[in-house]
Amino acid sequence: MPLAYRKTLIRQIGQHAHSEIVGMLPEGNWITRAPTLRRKAALLAKVQDEGGHGLYLYSAAETLGISRKEMTEELISGRAKYSSIFNYPTQTWADIGTIGWLVDGAAIMNQVPLCRCSYGPYARAMIRVCKEESFHQRQGYEIMITLAEGSAEQKDMAQDALNRWWWPSLMMFGPPDGESMHSDQSALWKIKRFSNDELRQKFIDATVPQALRLGLTLPDDALTWNEVECRYDYGEIDWNEFWAVVKGHGPLNKDRVAARKKAWDEGAWVREAAIVHARKRAERVATPMAAE
Amino acid sequence: MINTQEIQLWEVFIRPRNGLAHRHCGSLHAADAEMALQAARDVYTRRGEGLSVWVIPSAQIVASDPQDRDQMFDPADDKIYRHPSFYDIPDDVGHM
Repeated sequence: MPLAYRKTLIRQIGQHAHSEIVGMLPEGNWITRAPTLRRKAALLAKVQDEGGHGLYLYSAAETLGISRKEMTEELISGRAKYSSIFNYPTQTWADIGTIGWLVDGAAIMNQVPLCRCSYGPYARAMIRVCKEESFHQRQGYEIMITLAEGSAEQKDMAQDALNRWWWPSLMMFGPPDGESMHSDQSALWKIKRFSNDELRQKFIDATVPQALRLGLTLPDDALTWNEVECRYDYGEIDWNEFWAVVKGHGPLNKDRVAARKKAWDEGAWVREAAIVHARKRAERVATPMAAE
Repeated sequence: MINTQEIQLWEVFIRPRNGLAHRHCGSLHAADAEMALQAARDVYTRRGEGLSVWVIPSAQIVASDPQDRDQMFDPADDKIYRHPSFYDIPDDVGHM
């Protein structure tokens, strides 16, 4: 395997795994405050899935010769990146609906082509992930329908969440095609099968009718249906905001990494205890008589 | 300080239904077999994917080297007489 291909995959799969794990934080924030038991069970299952997705992806990256420990240390030292979307705060319950609908929707758009990427362990992990994410997006949209068809206050809450998450969701597909650092090589290696702009367009075309169905408006005055091209034209994305968040200046970058570091540090004794327990049990099996 | 690097890797195999074979579905880290089995249940069977789980230490798997692929598998390529279609049976014999 060429070294550069291996390095690219380790970087991409590692970032993807970190995104799943950090992505548990904004939603975990609302588990205790979910409005009903049904919503709480669904959100808990979704966050548990994200943990599982992180694990599948870390395992896929490990087949390339990096350890889980190294990847975790890269994340908590700030050397590894994760999806910028998770640096935004979840302010209201409607944010949970919007994340499921838009953020998971965008993630699915990105991940479906990866199911056929050139590296088998990554592709196989993506197949499992995509199957599970479909529930995530549907539960999010169901929350949005409930709010949009509810009281005026609930509808306002849904609109406010959409206003705040729409642009960051479009940024999830990465910089425009001309400015994407890794795209060309990844396309040649068949890791990436569609360009950032192509995927962004597909997402917009799929999502705008869903927003209209909710009776909500998208925060983009330039958004119009293009009859000739059979697609939506959309306004300018604020790439300065995108790069600022990537470089660590988003609303919650520091908190997210600090939360991961806290979990890693405070979990150290659990990892140690598991090893000591396993060793003791192995010794007991090896020398049953000596114990008496 | 215990070296937590030694939390070993396990390969997970799930059998979805009776009558099917266990099939590889992924891997995970666990300190021993029992914890590996519990983690495999939690990670890989959240939606009724299986009725039985196997976990095997990854280090115990012996694999062929991809570079040896030709010498390992070429010899079968020219032995078409190992396939049923190699043999001529008259049509009037019927399905065999």
